[in-house]
Formats: sequence, structure tokens, C-alpha cells
Amino acid sequence: MPSFTPMCWWELTEMAIDLKMPALSPTMEEGTLAKWLVKPGDEVKSGDILAEIETDKATMEFEAVDEGVIGALLVAEGTEGVKVGTIIATLQGEGEDAAPAPQPVAAPAPAPVAATPVAAPVATVRPTEPEVPAGTALVATTVREALRDAMAEEMRADDRVFVMGEEVAEYQGAYKVTQGLLEEFGPRRVIDTPITEYGFAGIGTGAAMGGLRPVVEFMTFNFAMQAIDHIINSAAKTNYMSGGQMRCPIVFRGPNGAAARVGAQHSQNYGPWYAAVPGLVVIAPYDAADAKGLLKAAIRSDDPVVFLENELVYGRSFDVPQVDDFVLPIGKARIVRPGKDVTIVTYSIGVGLALEAAATLAAEGIDAEVIDLRTLRPLDKATVLESLSRTNRMVVAEEGFPVCSIASEIIAIAMEEGFDYLDAPVLRVCDEDVPLPYAANLEKLALIDAERIAAAVRKVCYR
Amino acid sequence: MAKPARPRAPRAAKPATSTPATPAIIETDTIAGEEEAVFALRSLQQAHANNRRYDASDAELLHFYEQMVLIRRFEERAGQLYGLGLIGGFCHLYIGQEAVAVGVQSALNAGHDSVITGYRDHGHMLAYGIDPRVIMAELTGRQAGISHGKGGSMHMFSTEHKFFGGHGIVGAQVPLGAGLAFGHKYRDDGGVCVAYFGDGAANQGQVYETFNMAALWKLPIVFVVENNGYAMGTAVKRGSAETHFYRRGTGFRIPGMDVNGMDVLEVRQATEVALDFVRAGNGPVLMELNTYRYRGHSMSDPAKYRSREEVQEMREKHDPIEAAKLELLKRGVSEDALKDIDKKIRQTVAEAADFAENSPEPAHAELYTDVLVGTY
Repeated sequence: MPSFTPMCWWELTEMAIDLKMPALSPTMEEGTLAKWLVKPGDEVKSGDILAEIETDKATMEFEAVDEGVIGALLVAEGTEGVKVGTIIATLQGEGEDAAPAPQPVAAPAPAPVAATPVAAPVATVRPTEPEVPAGTALVATTVREALRDAMAEEMRADDRVFVMGEEVAEYQGAYKVTQGLLEEFGPRRVIDTPITEYGFAGIGTGAAMGGLRPVVEFMTFNFAMQAIDHIINSAAKTNYMSGGQMRCPIVFRGPNGAAARVGAQHSQNYGPWYAAVPGLVVIAPYDAADAKGLLKAAIRSDDPVVFLENELVYGRSFDVPQVDDFVLPIGKARIVRPGKDVTIVTYSIGVGLALEAAATLAAEGIDAEVIDLRTLRPLDKATVLESLSRTNRMVVAEEGFPVCSIASEIIAIAMEEGFDYLDAPVLRVCDEDVPLPYAANLEKLALIDAERIAAAVRKVCYR
Repeated sequence: MAKPARPRAPRAAKPATSTPATPAIIETDTIAGEEEAVFALRSLQQAHANNRRYDASDAELLHFYEQMVLIRRFEERAGQLYGLGLIGGFCHLYIGQEAVAVGVQSALNAGHDSVITGYRDHGHMLAYGIDPRVIMAELTGRQAGISHGKGGSMHMFSTEHKFFGGHGIVGAQVPLGAGLAFGHKYRDDGGVCVAYFGDGAANQGQVYETFNMAALWKLPIVFVVENNGYAMGTAVKRGSAETHFYRRGTGFRIPGMDVNGMDVLEVRQATEVALDFVRAGNGPVLMELNTYRYRGHSMSDPAKYRSREEVQEMREKHDPIEAAKLELLKRGVSEDALKDIDKKIRQTVAEAADFAENSPEPAHAELYTDVLVGTY
């Protein structure tokens, strides 16, 4: 990293202001310092653009908040993976001399706020899906890219497929999932809607009834509450009520579950809500390959599909098989980590936490099997029960409220159909039964984590 | 039944004139853009006022008459079957509103344009030529019903006829209809969607979300408010700040039309004006069809919210079927010809009722079919 000599022509009066790598979205943990627009010695005032910072979602401008003179630039432009909170430059106030610059950091300084680990816990093996020939090349892909690729591929293959939602076109997606689609497919097929969920969910549903294959993006599923009547009463029930005449091949997709520090109204897992409704297919993938293969399957399905993504997982990278048409079966769970002592059933972001817990437990001599449900409706009972028949112990881990949850359903299934296999009561590990609080410490207390999963596993293993 | 030879409905028809059938939107050089916009919103109303009634041939009018009588007799029979316990749940009759469905339908490109409505749907289905037997069998909850007995009165569909329901949630059909219109535009197939809703549904928020997007995207849709005066038991005046529903598109620059929904020829003519505008790529039109239902909101409605006299007045003075009958007689169609139609319809309805009553209930296996299309 090149070093920068601070220019010193004023008296040193007090400490310089540290300019830190900013968090440019609720979930940003690191970014690339793409470009400096100032140099040491430049006078800046509030609102001046200091740098361009690339997140995984967008390139953002970093503005000065205080007046002063740029002291040192501590992170060179082009540096990737700069953690939020890292000191990237110093600023001298008016009348100050440049303070002695802190040593340029070779490695990014630890972020002041405890960030959730971004690296995806690694499954020991990804059992090869039947559709993927052995020896297929794997390409590291973020979940965000995988979702976009799935939509793009299906749009190329079928003119009936179109994408609509808030900011999906010109803004490239509020979470950048639809990036590039407008450019490739044009405004006829990539449609920005006004902020009017009830209305556009209804329009999408009607378009599906009329023979198109809409992909309706909700900026988050919290906002789909405005539209839930069309998802349930119009999309899910009409085929049945029409004696099979009225198809509704639509995908409602978007991020679901808790994000980071966005408070109770923007942090809820609606999986159990939609999974309660006959007539819907509900999918909640964890990794990029599942996101891609299942979104493609969802778009091709003749049924209405609620496709629940997770904002915190969008930026995580996973191997995706490089095949022409990677489609996965709906309604099939996947054993992401085989084990013999206990079964951890989970889905979505819970999979990463369960794998983390399993790694901890392995060190203690407990060999946990981790099942990713992937599809919440129809639920793959067979895989869950088969695993239980081998391990005889089960914990359900779910990032969501505990009451009337998917965990409740899995436990009911274990009671009704797996009772004879059980050597211990099934436990569930869910979020606390409270609206999600904003304060960092309270939020952390409210949310499921790997340690809580591990603790529940020890309990059912009587350890 | 209403007696003949009574004065006509409000805004009674002028005899068909020789003015051109569907005047185009009148171009104007007027001053301010705002005034032009206001004028554009009224231009369809003006076009309708210039030529209010469709110049139907005797054969056409006879056909409209026959369709309206079919709806009336069918609904009367449904009411009877409900009383006998053969029809359950909710059952909303269309009696009094026949001219709306028949008049609008007659202007559509059948099997190509899409239609969607709310739960008062039997009349629409009959107007679109769907077999009365499968409709009645749905009402009685039988396997032969159009939804195999799984939908009932409020949930009937015929994709073959481009009739997309039959929706039980007040106002839901409005965005769904815009979605059908979106499909027509997406495929560029020249089709139009007609979305019917009531004066009650007109107060639903989703209607206005839809108006905004339909106008923004110039969707080929005609919004038809069937204003029958009552949202269930709430008179329009008690539930609506703006009782002139045709004005409610103004905020979205959707032109409105105020139409007498008790005269099938006025309905037809107004619909043509609306369709010409929409098919030309101008975006949606909002038509308010002023009509009246003689029966309760549903079969369980004690109708305490209006007077017997009010209903009698409408039946006797503004009945769309009586009006058509008078006009036919005036044109020289023989009473016998009309009686033959009435007889034929009674026969059709009796057959439908017999069919509905004697068809088997759905097989138990039907319980589990049509939940999902795919197997997962």
C-alpha cells in the first residue's frame, strides 16, 4: 500500500478527525474503496464528495460531513474488502495542523460494531443433485447473482416471463437482485411499479391468470402484507375454486426475515404464514445453487410460488454448478451435512447458523446432521423422518417467531409420524417471541444464533 | 312484474338519431393545457351525449331482450332453489341490472376480450353465453358445475369464454382485471379487459392503486362501476364522499362516462365509445352504469335500508326488460314472438334447474384435486 505524506502548514491545535469506512446500507460489512476524489491538503466542506465506495450492491459517493483539510489518505484506492469502521483518512479542522497520521493499515482494522460473520459456513459436502453430472465445474456465485441469473435465463427462454416491482428496472433493484435485467430485456419485461403493493400484486396475479408468467418482486416481504389478499385469496385459491380452470403461474419473491438493525416492521419471517396456505408453493433457499435452481423451477411452475430470500445472505458466495439449465426439484429438502447423532432441521439463514453449530459440536464429539428444508410447502416430511429414524434426536432451528412456526410444524410431524424414533423431545430454537428491537444488543439477544442451536443440541443429546 | 306503458328511466333515450355512430374524441384548439386535460376527461361523456343510444336492428334488440329475460328468469329460479335449501351460502342475484351485462357484452369481441367481475356474477356469465346448466349446477354444488362444485355462486370462471370470474373479495377483481389488460398489451393482441365492480367496491384502496397504474401504463381496460345504489345495505350517499363514480378517475386522468344502466341500448352505445378510446391505445376509461338491484344484496338480506316503494318505483318505471319489450312492440315485433322467447327461456331455465338438482354431488376424491397443478 502506498503511503501518503500529510501536508502540514497549520498549527496543530487538536486531534484530527478520523474518517471511517461508512456503512452505506443496513447490511453492509465491507466494501471497495474505488476512488479518492480528494488528496491530502485539499480543503473540503460539508457535502463535498470525498470518495467513491463500492458495495456489493452499488457504487456510492462518500461525502464529507465536517469542514476541514484532508490530512492523510490511509487506504489506497482500489482496496477491496475494507471493513466498515476502518479509518480511511484523517481530516484537520480549520486552524489545525495536520495531526500525525495513524500508521496506514495494512490489514483493515476491526470494525467497531460487531458484525455478523460474512463468510458462509461451509457444508462438508454438497451432495451432488441428481441433475448435475459428476465432474461439473463449480463457479463461485453470490446468492444475489444466482437469483438474477435464474430470472435472466428464464426470461431468455420464455417471453411470457416478466419482472415487476418497485425499483426493479432503472434502479437495478433495491437490493440489486435485478441488476442488468432492464438493459437486456427492456422496459416491456422489466417494469418499475409505483409503491403500491396491493395494486401491483393484483395486477401481476391477473396477468398470470391471463397466461403470462410474472415474477413480482417485493422490496421486502414486510411490504407484501399490503398485498397478502392477492397472494392468498386471488393467487392461491382460484385454481381450486375454478375446478382447475384458472391457473396462476406467478412468483412472488423478495427478501424475508430479519435484516440488520431495521426494527420490528422491517424484520419478520413470513415463511410460516404462507406455508399455512393450501394452493401456494413456498420456497426459502439458503445457498446460491438452491437459489438459482429453485427460482428457475418456481418460474416454470404452473402454481403460485412465494419465494423467500434473505437480505443477509444476498452477498454470500457459494459454488453453483456450471450447467446449461440448472433446475432443482421443488418440495425436496437437502441434507447439507450428514451426521449420525442428531438432526438439525432448518432453512434459509438458519442453515448457515446450523452448520456453524455443527462445526462447534463436532469438536465436542457430537456429529450433527443438518437438513435444509429449502421448500416450506409442500414440506419434505420424508427426508426429515428418514433422518430422524437414524439419529433419533432432533432440533429445529428457525430465524423467526417461535409460535405457530415451521418449527412447530416439524415438531408436530415428529410427534405424529416419528414418535417411535425419538430418544428425546424435539426442541426448537427460534427468535425470541417479541417484535424485533432496534438496539444492537437487544436485537442480538432476540435473534437465533449458532450457540443457541448448539446448546439445544447438547440438551437433546443429554450432554 | 312491472306494468307496461310507464315513463322511462332517467336520461331517457332520445330516439336514435342520424348523428354518426361513435364520434371520435373532439379535437380542440383551446387555450390552456389544463382546460384541454379537463375537456379530454369529459370528451367521452360528450361523445355519449351526442349519440346516446345504439341503433340496434330488430334482431339485435330481440337478442338483447332474450338475454335479459334469461338472466331474470335464471336468477328468479336461483332464488327459489335457495329458498328450498338447494343452494347454500351466499347468493347474490342480478335481477334489475341485466341491461348492464348484456349491453356491455354485446360490444365486446367475444372470446378475445377479457371480462372479470365480483361475486354478483351469474348474470355476466349468462350474458357471455355460458351454459346455464353448468352455472346452476355450480350453485347447487354439483360435480357438473362449472367449478365442479368447488367454487359456488361467487367463484365461477370460464377461461374458454375469457370470463375470469367471479371473485369474492370486494374490489379484488379490479387489479386482477388490470393484470388481464396488461396481458393484452404485453402480447399486443388488440384485446381489452372489462372489469366490473360495484359502488361499494369503488371505495376500496386497491381500485385507486389500479387506476394509477392502468393510466400510467395506458392499459387497455374499461372500468365499469355498476352503481346499484347500495353497498350491501349502505346507500351510496352514506358511504361515498363523491357519489358520482364516473368522476373518480379524474385524479388519474381517466376519462369518465355517466351512463344509464337501465337501458341496454344506452349501455351498448356508451361501451362502444369507451372501447374505441381504449382500443386506440389511449388507456383506461371509467364508466359508471347507474342501475338498481331489485332483490337484496344477498339472499339473507332483510332489505330494511330502503323502502318497498322505492323498489316498486324502479321496477315499474325503469325496468330494462320492460323497456326493451315496449320498444320491440313499438317497432312492430309481434307479442307472440316475445311470448315465444319467454316460453323458450322458461324451458331453458327449468332444464337448468332440473339438471342442477339431479346432478350428483362431487366425488369425494374431488376434495383433493386442483389444489396445486404440479406434483412436487
